[in-house]
Amino acid sequence: MAHTDQAEPTRRDFLYIATGAMGVVGAGALAWPFIDQMNPDASALALASIEVDISAVEEGQSITVKWRGKPVFIRNRTETEVEEAKAVPVADLPDPLARNSNLPADAEASDANRGVEGNEKWLVQVGICTHLGCVPIGSSGDFGGWFCPCHGSHYDTAGRIRKGPAPENLLIPPLEFVSDSTIKIG
Amino acid sequence: MSTMIKMVRSFAAVAAVAIATPAFAAGNAPHIERQQWSFSGPFGFYDRGQLQRGFKVYREVCSSCHGLKQVAFRNLADEGGPSFTEEQAKQIASEYTVEDGPNDDGDMYERPGILADKFPSPFPNEQAARASNGGAYPPDFSLLAKARAGHRGFPWFVFDAFTQYQEQGPDYIYALLTSYPEENPQCLGEDFSGYFNPAFLGGSVTAEACAHENLTGGPIGMAPPLSDELVEYTDGTPMTVDQYAHDVAAFMMWAAEPHLEERKKIGFRVMVFLIVFAGLLYFTKKKLWRNVEH
Amino acid sequence: MAGHSNYVPQSAPAKWLESRLPVISLVRGSFVDFPTPKNLNYWWTFGGILFFVLIAQIITGIVLVMHYTPSTTAAFNSVEHIMRDVNFGWMLRYLHANGASMFFIAVYIHIFRGLYYGSYKAPREISWILGVIIFLIMMGTAFMGYVLPWGQMSFWGATVITNLFSAIPLVGEEIRTWLWGGFAVDNPTLNRFFSLHYLLPFMIFGVVILHVWAFHTTGNNNPTGVQPKTKQDTVPFHPYYTIKDLFAIIVFMILFAWFVFYVPNYMGHPDNYIEANPLVTPAHIVPEWYFLPFYAILRAIPDKLGGVVAMFGAIAVLFVLPWLDTSKVRSGAYRPLFKQFFWIFAANAVALGYLGAMPAEGTYVLLARVCTAYYFAHFLIILPMLGFLEKPRPLPASISEAVLKGGAGKPAGATAAPDTK
Repeated sequence: MAHTDQAEPTRRDFLYIATGAMGVVGAGALAWPFIDQMNPDASALALASIEVDISAVEEGQSITVKWRGKPVFIRNRTETEVEEAKAVPVADLPDPLARNSNLPADAEASDANRGVEGNEKWLVQVGICTHLGCVPIGSSGDFGGWFCPCHGSHYDTAGRIRKGPAPENLLIPPLEFVSDSTIKIG
Repeated sequence: MSTMIKMVRSFAAVAAVAIATPAFAAGNAPHIERQQWSFSGPFGFYDRGQLQRGFKVYREVCSSCHGLKQVAFRNLADEGGPSFTEEQAKQIASEYTVEDGPNDDGDMYERPGILADKFPSPFPNEQAARASNGGAYPPDFSLLAKARAGHRGFPWFVFDAFTQYQEQGPDYIYALLTSYPEENPQCLGEDFSGYFNPAFLGGSVTAEACAHENLTGGPIGMAPPLSDELVEYTDGTPMTVDQYAHDVAAFMMWAAEPHLEERKKIGFRVMVFLIVFAGLLYFTKKKLWRNVEH
Repeated sequence: MAGHSNYVPQSAPAKWLESRLPVISLVRGSFVDFPTPKNLNYWWTFGGILFFVLIAQIITGIVLVMHYTPSTTAAFNSVEHIMRDVNFGWMLRYLHANGASMFFIAVYIHIFRGLYYGSYKAPREISWILGVIIFLIMMGTAFMGYVLPWGQMSFWGATVITNLFSAIPLVGEEIRTWLWGGFAVDNPTLNRFFSLHYLLPFMIFGVVILHVWAFHTTGNNNPTGVQPKTKQDTVPFHPYYTIKDLFAIIVFMILFAWFVFYVPNYMGHPDNYIEANPLVTPAHIVPEWYFLPFYAILRAIPDKLGGVVAMFGAIAVLFVLPWLDTSKVRSGAYRPLFKQFFWIFAANAVALGYLGAMPAEGTYVLLARVCTAYYFAHFLIILPMLGFLEKPRPLPASISEAVLKGGAGKPAGATAAPDTK
């Protein structure tokens, strides 16, 4: 409605432009609460870290715990598994990045960067396939690590993608050893 | 025909008078005095120091009987609230014991509170609360400041919409806490061993001897909870019942309406926007209609 | 509806669409080119305001459902979750709760405008009846919505209103149990109310379309009540009434925002911030303000069935109103006697609202009976008689003539005073 043939806007045009602009601004501001309400709310954001007692997890065993609504695999790896993982050159990996929340984003996917720092036999990772979100099965697949039955992604004993459609290694959540037998995740 | 109109008119006049009178003779409803609050009015805000003091009163005096189950420890550090630092809020949380579980053995266990936890209630359920309090149920504090209001008759309730009077709750809480008489009314008799509060909305005096005393309020399960110097204030605020009552009532208003400040701030912007927009639309409408006789 | 458009599609895609689904000419005929009497005053903007509030209620409602949990154990806490944790949740809930009140403020003004200007009279009876149906569905929707937060007033309001149905002879008890899905208001009741509360607004939307269709077929009424005769009497809906309605909507939003941001709990009852407790009834159960006149009528009759009949009769009488008003003149602006009775009726309705909020004892009961009697007398005695007894003022020949002379085109309040001689 604000179009005019004249070069200079007349007073009337200015009124229409101002009113129209005000309406657009108002509609935009009004829309925001309706959009923002779908973002995570204060109680979801406050879901804090969890502490897990791992003293009962023997070598070669895994446990699964729930953190932020997702499964987290905690595995006490055997010597063989660690050796196998170490033997793979990083250059051969489909995803060369560690995907470890405790390290810089460009850290390479060596086994040392995947295991818990200073306690490398422990492997803690979010149990969500990086392809489309299924939960992989432990101790299976072509590389003795995890296998996702949904679309056939194979992860090795360090949780790195080796074969199949998944683009990334399994994510390692923020974590630390609070004591020898307790891990804090998140 | 005209007599009919006269009749109806006089009826209307009578009705108007009749409707207006009974409202002023409204029985024994306690009169609740209006207080000054920082959070009243269109630019109202919570006094941080007052909320922190009110929380201290709640924690040291009220929390042994009254829960705060809708409020989380993290809220203590929220903007627009008591504004404790996150560290302080964590510290406060860790001083509470929260039940969690089940653990791997299937048992519930207790641990120190964290920010994400809500305030644990002093009693597991209403029955337990009543059993420990001689049959009375100490209500949860989370919403109490919005769940209580003194009686506002005609025409006051009409004015309240324009004067933005929304503080009936804290006014009532203050009145209740400061209205305990030195001695119970004589007419309740020697046998009456409970407590009496003339501001209490939840009770009425049933004793026949009191019928002519025109008492408001009634017997209440709660003993007078506050006394001077009961809670230690470190910021120099007077440690009086009056001050404690104001502070804890303000804290309860925040607990019930934690987004009040944000609401009033956004409200002011919305009002300014709407009034300017309405003005522009008015002139646009006038322009468009200028050639139409209507 | 589409008949009023002289729209001829120009572009190829528009032609293609028009020959398959003439939706553009339908919208243009109804809301752009539609010839609207040029003398509509601001009381006529409440139709547009109501449409805006309906859409606002539907949108905020859909958004609230994303966070609400309909279960007796979780409902109250989920509303508190919305108020405390959800981003802008407090605003959305206050918008929705106060929006219900705004809806009724606007609908009552809209109804009284129709009553004053005779908008119910031939040929607009169907529009009026559809309006009364909308009003009924609105009441059902608002009542069920009020139950959802599961506070004390929610629970006891639901109990009292559902118990009304037990007054029905023979099958009343069975109907009540059927409504409850149990032997008291409980989880099944809450869940079915939630389901219906979500459904009914869309039914309102549907009936609104019929309501508009009906008066677009007959043409709008206007303050003179005289049908438009020439093109001089009307203007196209757009831009004249789109801009006027928009202005009115924004002014109405100022009132709406006042309640939402400054006195959000003014319209509510404190007891609804106490979680429902089936073992304890609050001292005074009062419905939301918009039901108070009908609640007063219900309590005025000292008989269970009689009260229920009177209450529903108070709405039922509106359905036959077009045939109760015997006057040949449509607009109250030209009816000196009717005008006075109209204002008495309005005052009586407000008085009923006040009495509905008072305890049902003593003088209040007596007054409620008088007011109830007058409510029905207005429709059943006064309106039929007025048509024969009243000598209306001469009608203008056309809308244009009325406009040039001034007078009836002005808002009701402006003309009411000087014209009563």
